[in-house]
Formats: sequence, structure tokens, C-alpha cells
Amino acid sequence: MSSIAARAVTMTFPTRGGDLQALDRVSVEVEDGHFACIVGASGCGKSTLLNIMAGLIRPTSGTIDVGGRGVEGPGADRGMVFQSYTLFPWQRVRENIEFGPSLNGVAADERRRIADSLLEEMGLAEFARAYPRELSGGMKQRVAIARALANNPDVLLMDEPFGALDALTRAGAQRFLTQIWEQHRRTIVFVTHDIDEAIYLGDTVFVMSPRPGRVKEIVPVDIARPRSLEDMGSPQFAELKRRILSLIFADVDAEAAAAR
Amino acid sequence: MSDRDVTTAAPPPAAVRQPGSAPRPTLARTLLTPKEQIPRGLSVGLGIGGFAVVLAIWSILTYGGLIEPLFLPEPGTVAKALYDMFVHDNFAADVWASFYRIIIGFLVAAAIGIPLGIAIGSFRAVQALFEPIIAAVRYMPASAFIPLMIIWFGIGQTEKMAVIWFGVFFPLTLMVADVSANVPKELVNIAYTLGASRWHVFRRVLLPASWPGVVDNLRIGLGWAWTYLIVAELVAASTGIGHVILQSSRFLETEKIIAGIITIGVLGLLSDAAFRLFYRVLFPYAERVAR
Repeated sequence: MSSIAARAVTMTFPTRGGDLQALDRVSVEVEDGHFACIVGASGCGKSTLLNIMAGLIRPTSGTIDVGGRGVEGPGADRGMVFQSYTLFPWQRVRENIEFGPSLNGVAADERRRIADSLLEEMGLAEFARAYPRELSGGMKQRVAIARALANNPDVLLMDEPFGALDALTRAGAQRFLTQIWEQHRRTIVFVTHDIDEAIYLGDTVFVMSPRPGRVKEIVPVDIARPRSLEDMGSPQFAELKRRILSLIFADVDAEAAAAR
Repeated sequence: MSDRDVTTAAPPPAAVRQPGSAPRPTLARTLLTPKEQIPRGLSVGLGIGGFAVVLAIWSILTYGGLIEPLFLPEPGTVAKALYDMFVHDNFAADVWASFYRIIIGFLVAAAIGIPLGIAIGSFRAVQALFEPIIAAVRYMPASAFIPLMIIWFGIGQTEKMAVIWFGVFFPLTLMVADVSANVPKELVNIAYTLGASRWHVFRRVLLPASWPGVVDNLRIGLGWAWTYLIVAELVAASTGIGHVILQSSRFLETEKIIAGIITIGVLGLLSDAAFRLFYRVLFPYAERVAR
């Protein structure tokens, strides 16, 4: 386990109409074992930031530290879960989970043990031999989480992992993720545009503003853990949601006014 | 809430339209509903019916004396010709000669085209080097190269195989390149975050993700191989199905021409079915089988 930090990350994409600045000196620090959520309107660069943290995109400037050491490029220390279903369709559930350990030279019986315990934990034991196409969306994302955890990564990076799920499946997945996190206490950076989701899951919510993407405010979530879905109805929750919404819509309104 | 409450909350059974049920699916309604599944037996029956209709029209035209046998012989005559060709004229040897040319020409095209196509789809430098030239040659019809092939290789086996290779290799390579280029970037990225090296990504993501599309394109490529083979055999050959068809044309044996064409159709259908079976066995995880 480790902390992860993005320091003064700037990202500029060259486009036909000139350079597009997606991120402007964004700094995000997440302590060891903390659950951080990043929210913002679409186009605020939150997914780009996460991909930079994963090492999949090289930033124009700025650095990424994991446990205080600078990292370049992707690595098994940072597991990733995407919104789209990224299970390898030609591999069964068990093989998907064992994919990371098999790349990193873990012996077969040890891989088996890792996969067995994750399958058990994810409630997927009876689907070990199923192919991804035979699974529901919620199950696919559980396998994707198990696959990322199988490498025993320092940090888990999640890019709207429940964005494609229906509302009830999504609530189930959120509850499930808090349970997993409470067990593993992994450092998590979770990108979402769902404010309820961010408050329910996170210790901290980073609110980003768009064009160029910046961290506008860091909102600590001091709702006691373990949390339940019922906490979403509490006055404290409503107050946090009101605050984050007003931060986001202040930008939207300002942009609309500027356009007029 | 008890079960009883649920029952009373539901509309009374005397309602004009039965609650929760779509209109009764009569057969006529099923057939006229877009994309609606039909019973398996009906599907097979309709397929056979399609053949029966063609056969019926053919029979009416010929047995009814509406068309001269020279232009279109009766189905019975064609069946008899097909039997005679296999039993007396050693037609099986011609079929084998054609089949052999296809297999070799096609295998060589696939053996070079698959790795090259995957490399083009995976590596930008390979793409930049090969794609323009292959794309250009692809539009030069293989049949136009037959005279050149005859000068280079004579009129033996090599020439036929070269024509087939030429007709299959270029489009097949580009289609394979397309398959591997379309492997979702997310699959590659997720492999990197799981600790994959570039070699791992190629070997354990790009290749397995490409195989189903490659096999499917091989099936389509085999269809082209048959076309080019017959063209090559029609131009110059001393054996093969195309040769038999051309000879029959010279002697006005229309029934043998049609028998030859039907043989090609059956062989094509069989190889297509074999590839589909192969696909299903190799890729049990694949979502679909293309047409």
C-alpha cells in the first residue's frame, strides 16, 4: 500500500484549432489507504488525470509519485478499472483474474490460491469457468475489480467503473466496493460524475472545474464508516451534496454567462 | 404488504385487454414482425423451399419445353451428367486438381498475409511501409495478371497457384490488418496496468483478440480463391473443374457446364460450413459468427 500524488500536472493536447489545455497544474494527493473521489462536469479532464496517474498518458508537465517515488509509464503497482467492459473475452473468469499474476511470474498454484480467494470474496466462485459474455454488467465489473486486486497493487484507479450499470445494480456495486475497501484498505482514486456516488464512497471529494481542468475544491467527507446506503438520506449527506453541486454549477453558470 | 393486497391492486380479470400480455402471437404475426425469431423447423423448411423454387422454375422451363435443352438442359439430364462425369470421366481427379491448387495457393497467401496483416495492424511503421503498396495492388484485378503469370510460370500448377495467391493475398492482408487494428485500445491499456510488457501486449492481447476475426476472414478469402481458380483454369489448363467446364462449352455439352458449376457451389458451401464449425470449436467465447 502506498500514497499516490499528482503534482502540478498540466496536459495540453494539440488540436487543429490550436492547443487545448485539458489540465492546468492539477495537484491531487491521496494518503495511504484513503478513498479519494474526483468529480466534475464532463470535459473537466478527470479521466485524463486518472490515465496520467496510471501512466497511460504522459503529461505535458508535472509528476506522479507512488509512495513518494516518481513513476513513469504504467505498472502493476497501480491497478485500473475502466467504465467499459475490459475483460479479455477469450479468457474465462479465473484466467482473467490470474492474468496479472501470470505476467509477473507468480507460480501457478499461488495464482490459483489468489484467484480462489478473490472469486470467493466477489461472490463469483460458481462463475470461475464462465466466459465474460455470459456475465451480467455488474458481474463483469466485479471480475474487473478482482483482476486489478489480484496483482496486490498499491493503488486502485477507477474510471467511472459503475457508469454503465443500471441504478439498482450500481447501488449494489457501490455497497460491494465499500466492503472490499474496508477489508483491503487499498488507496483508491475513483473518478465519477455521480455526486451521490462520490460522497457515499469517498473520504475526500476533489471537485474539478472545466476548461482548463483544475481542482476547484477539496471536500472532506466526514460521514462515519462503515457507511450504508441509508446514509444517503441523512442531512449531512444532503448538505455535502448541495455544496458540491453548487461548486460545479457555479462554473456551468459562469460559462453560460460568458457565452451570452 | 401481503399477497392479498397485491391481488386486489391488480386490474380486475374482466378487463377488456388481458393485463400484462401482448397480443397473441399467431404465426402470421410472428412472420411479419421485424427481427422476430421464427421456429427452427420453419427456418430450415424455408431454406429448402428456396432451393425447391429454383428447381421448380428450372423444371417448368425445361420439361415444359419453353427453353431449348442446348441452352438449359433438364435437371434430370444434369444429374445424369454429374453421375457420368464422376463414374466414367474421372471427374474426381479434376475436382482434386482444383482443390489442390486452391489449398496450396490459399495456404501460402494466408501464411504470409496473416503475420503481415497483424504486423500492419499493430505497428505503425510496418503499416506505413506496406499498406500503401498493398492497397494499390489490391485494385489491380488478379485476372489481369493471368497472361503475365503464364509468361512467368507457364500453364502448369504453379501458374494457377500464383493467380490464387495473388487474388487472395492482398485483400486478405488488409482485412487481417483491419482486424488487429480494431482491437480495443482499452484491452491494451488494461494489460499495461496489469504489468504487461510490450511483448506481452502483442503476444497475450493483440494476437488472441485478433484470431476470431482472422479465421472469419480466411473463410471469406477461400471464396475468392475459388473464383480466381476457375478464372485461371478457364484461361489455360489441362485438368481441373474450370478446364472441364471450358471443354464442355466447346462441345456444347451444356449439362456438363451446369454440373461443373453446381460442383463448385457444393464445394464452396462445404468449405464455408467447415470454417464455421472450426470457428465455433476454436472460439466458444465469441459473441457471433459473421455471414
